[in-house]
Amino acid sequence: MTADAIAEAPPTDFAPDIDWGGPAPTRTVAAYGFWIFLLSDIIMFSALFAAYAVLSGDTAGGPTGRDLFDLRNVFIETACLLFSSYACGLMALSAEAHHRGRFVLFAAVTLVLGAAFLFIEGSEFARNINDGAGPSRSAFLSAFFALVGMHGAHVGSGLVWLLYMVAQVVAKGFRPRVLRRLLCFSLFWHALDIVWVGVFTLVYLMGAR
Amino acid sequence: MSGADREFEDRAPGVGPDQLRTGDRTYTAGLLLALLATMASFVVAQTNLLWPPGIAVGLVVLAIAQIGVHLVFFLHIGSGPDNTNNVLALAFGVLVVFLIIGGSIWILSNLNANMMPMADMPG
Repeated sequence: MTADAIAEAPPTDFAPDIDWGGPAPTRTVAAYGFWIFLLSDIIMFSALFAAYAVLSGDTAGGPTGRDLFDLRNVFIETACLLFSSYACGLMALSAEAHHRGRFVLFAAVTLVLGAAFLFIEGSEFARNINDGAGPSRSAFLSAFFALVGMHGAHVGSGLVWLLYMVAQVVAKGFRPRVLRRLLCFSLFWHALDIVWVGVFTLVYLMGAR
Repeated sequence: MSGADREFEDRAPGVGPDQLRTGDRTYTAGLLLALLATMASFVVAQTNLLWPPGIAVGLVVLAIAQIGVHLVFFLHIGSGPDNTNNVLALAFGVLVVFLIIGGSIWILSNLNANMMPMADMPG
């Protein structure tokens, strides 16, 4: 086979109309890279989940999950985060449609619900520490505070990020670069809700039994 | 023909197909299904609706179902050819997560079971 024959036979006979050339759009590349980051973040969480699963019985004579967990609170927290995720989805849609008013409204809803979640979680932590059930009490509580606290830290940094994104939209408008960052933020926020499903199932629902 | 017209364009995670037309409905369906799974979890955990030794398994099943709902309706991870990269990355993530959690529980429960009782420790 000559070099010419090789050059003349691109493997596109089965779908001649498709343009295979060129790299993917920046938006796809950016969101895919962020998706990889999120998966590695979830792997980091899985180590904390594993630590909690192994240590959840080691209460060192201290309080157990049944003594500490208030499922009514946990349900409210779960609902806050779920509706916050929903509002975040609507926020992303409004941004794609370049609807500034609706974007700010849904961003505010996302923010308020996320902050409500953090407030409930923070007051639960404060109550536990006041009652002598802080992270140094037992291996169970160390693992509990590490896992739930790490999720809470993610939610807190997500709120800061969201505020920053609203400021960018107000200052710069819906530029492609801003829209890409918003897409990454909504991926982050939905992923946190997925981690929370694991937290409320493994930690609270199984621990309160 | 620009890149955006390609038939098998990879789709970014978090972006639905024809999102501006179907978007609101997708998110609302996801919200309702996730609420359903959440409420089922809380009911199952606090009642004896399920056979008690099976409650933990039931909770895990409901959690995995809800995670699936979130992935499909909120993160728009689909099975189409434009999603292959996203699904492959997710599959690898899930593999590592199961290795870490399952492996840790398996190994450490084994060590725990084989450990000498505290009372018999030479001191």
